[in-house]
Amino acid sequence: MNPPVSDWPTRSADLSDDGILEISMGPQHPSTHGVFRMNVKLDGETVVWLKPVFGYLHRNHEKLAEKMSYLGSMPYTDRLDYFSSLSNNWAYALSVEKLTGIEVPERAEYLRVLLAELTRLQNHSAFLGFLLGDMGAWGSALMYAFRERDLILDLFESLTGSRMMCNYMRFGGCRCDLPEGWLGQARKVVDGFPAFLDEMEQLLVGNEILVARTQGVGVLAGADAINAGLTGPMLRASGVDYDIRKVDHYGIYDRFDFRVPLGEHGDTYDRFMIRLLEMRESLKILDAVLRDLPEGPILDPKSKSRGLRPPVGEAYTRVEAPKGELGFYLISDKSPEPYRYRVRPPSLINLTLLEDMCLGSKIADVMVILGSIDIVLGEVDR
Amino acid sequence: MAINSIEAQPDVQALSQQGVHVTSLESLYNWGRSNSLWPLQFGLACCAIEMIAATMARHDMARFGAEVFRPSPRQADLMIVAGTVTKKMAPMVVRLYNQMPEPKYVIAMGACAISGGPFRDGYNVLKGIDRYIPVDVFIPGCPPRPEAMLDGVIQLQEKIRGQKLTGPHRARHADKSVRGDYPVPEYAGGDLSPPYNPEIWSPPPVPESSAEDESDSET
Amino acid sequence: MLPLEDIRTQIMEALPGAACEIVPNPGPSGQDSLLVDSASVLDVARFLRDDERHQFDYCSNTSGVDWLDQKVSETVKVAGTDAEGQANEVEETLERVIPGYLEAVYHLYSVALSVGPLVLRVRTGNRSEDVEIPSLTPLWRSCEFQEREIFDLYGIRFSGHPDLRRLLMWDTFEGHPMRRDYQAPDETLAFASANGKEDAS
Repeated sequence: MNPPVSDWPTRSADLSDDGILEISMGPQHPSTHGVFRMNVKLDGETVVWLKPVFGYLHRNHEKLAEKMSYLGSMPYTDRLDYFSSLSNNWAYALSVEKLTGIEVPERAEYLRVLLAELTRLQNHSAFLGFLLGDMGAWGSALMYAFRERDLILDLFESLTGSRMMCNYMRFGGCRCDLPEGWLGQARKVVDGFPAFLDEMEQLLVGNEILVARTQGVGVLAGADAINAGLTGPMLRASGVDYDIRKVDHYGIYDRFDFRVPLGEHGDTYDRFMIRLLEMRESLKILDAVLRDLPEGPILDPKSKSRGLRPPVGEAYTRVEAPKGELGFYLISDKSPEPYRYRVRPPSLINLTLLEDMCLGSKIADVMVILGSIDIVLGEVDR
Repeated sequence: MAINSIEAQPDVQALSQQGVHVTSLESLYNWGRSNSLWPLQFGLACCAIEMIAATMARHDMARFGAEVFRPSPRQADLMIVAGTVTKKMAPMVVRLYNQMPEPKYVIAMGACAISGGPFRDGYNVLKGIDRYIPVDVFIPGCPPRPEAMLDGVIQLQEKIRGQKLTGPHRARHADKSVRGDYPVPEYAGGDLSPPYNPEIWSPPPVPESSAEDESDSET
Repeated sequence: MLPLEDIRTQIMEALPGAACEIVPNPGPSGQDSLLVDSASVLDVARFLRDDERHQFDYCSNTSGVDWLDQKVSETVKVAGTDAEGQANEVEETLERVIPGYLEAVYHLYSVALSVGPLVLRVRTGNRSEDVEIPSLTPLWRSCEFQEREIFDLYGIRFSGHPDLRRLLMWDTFEGHPMRRDYQAPDETLAFASANGKEDAS
């Protein structure tokens, strides 16, 4: 049992002679997006040193995958970036398909794009809500965002059986076909989304507080971002035109006409605006997919999900997940379990320059910068 | 209202129809407490998102009084452990629980918080938060739907309403001889030390019939 | 991207002393890798990053891989003499151990030229005491956390890393959990001993 209260050592703040205050933010913190911890040294209110501490959600996904079949790891990929389970599923399925050479039928490719872009929409909506919450808007924007997000999660639930942990992709296609009426419902959601985006833009884009708190905060240069391995909206906000959907030509993204929004200043405001604009581009892709979705099988009849034994070899593939570049590196030794299963986590690598971005800012800006990186601890720690 | 409470008695009910309410201090106190639970803002993993969804407009936990999520454990009386508790995080969870003032409750939300869940075989995963702190309500699911979360909160409310303040079976916070804080585990070489708190959790008994097959029934 | 043989030729032209060879990938993915030894990896990586023709400015992924010692038993026919002094062939089973090693695998991409991936592999001497290889963090900052993770979970020491300490496990943790022969603390022991029975494992 604990010693009596009088014996507990008094903890004074770690205040050294030159007045530097060291504090630990997290792992339980309203704004760290999960169990993330930062040790910060402050000179007054200015950050002079920042070191993140990880591992509070390290759930040994990679080790567990070495003991399970390839298909058995699919539900675990849902739980990496738990907002975008379908993107994670696709990244893993793509990697196994590259490892084995399995091909994907046409309809399944369209369905994959459809669900991935819906995932991007609901992820970026949640991002808006959480960023505003980090700034002190106390859940108002989050209410609006989750209202839209719940509509998309309804679609996921009626298709896959689960709101969040969808486990829908298979090696060579998708698990099950669309139920009746699903396309009509999806069309309604997609048609109603621009009204939500207009509302958010009207309320937020010119908002005085948002502009004051995000413009010029956390500036990141493009060359630094590339060298530090940043990907996704963070990289594009710094002006680097690199979207894996356009670079790697995976899936059937080449058939769709969408732009890649780029930022100019590389600050938090750009990262926020990029995601709003990306949502609009995703709506264009969704329009095209819903219009052109062909009939056909959703899974190659010769493909084998259960008892899969890929040939000896290795493969690395990546997708443009909503948070950045999600990659899977698999090494197979012809046994039913992968020899090495590695997840390349976008959120972890996007945090590489957290200290560089926060040095010189006030402590309040740290939360805004962290919010703009859009991390999910399930992915950071795996 | 409980079946044998004062409010259920017929002459009391007759009085209340005339606008005179008779109740016990205990019922009134429990009614107030159960309808204004303040959870601690403590999401660990995926279940936290469903917990947040339960507070949002569609499911609206505010109807049940549990809207105000407090960032500080000093102001909270309900800790919803939503998500996988890893061994690295376990001392923090226990420390946060110790920092909460009495009366305090714990809901273990999701399979991971109950027993380790799908990640049970991991070297860094604590196989259930009930190894170190007492849990009042378990909500199974992976993740549990927001409706299941609401059901869990309602179950807890019923439990609180049934708590006694006096007598041998009184609630922990009404008993001055019982401490409400629990020892915090420490990081040891490969595991936490101790691996569980023997006063509140013990390993399930090994069934007699499988004693001979123990050597080949290891999981 | 140029074929890997051409890249290797250009590396050997620029750095004649470098020891790098191609490890073919037998599977359908076609992603062969370049195996570089730890003495030359910094120079090779710098060449790949800075050379005009390649410009691999983005290191996407850094993984650790554990290759265990492999026991190989071969049955060979050995010439010998039988009891009567006549020549014959006897079958002998030879067992040898192919020593294992730890490996760091880097996947490099070029944002400037939109090519990739180039797979770079570096191996340690063995799995026990010769586990040091140079860090590529001074060249690509993205390796910083990933190399720390490999140190934490596999035990490869990266020399030249600015801040080499554990990333995911706590600082006083012992062992390297992602190694194939790591034994997690057996929590079923708690059950057997708590019930007064002998440990059956």
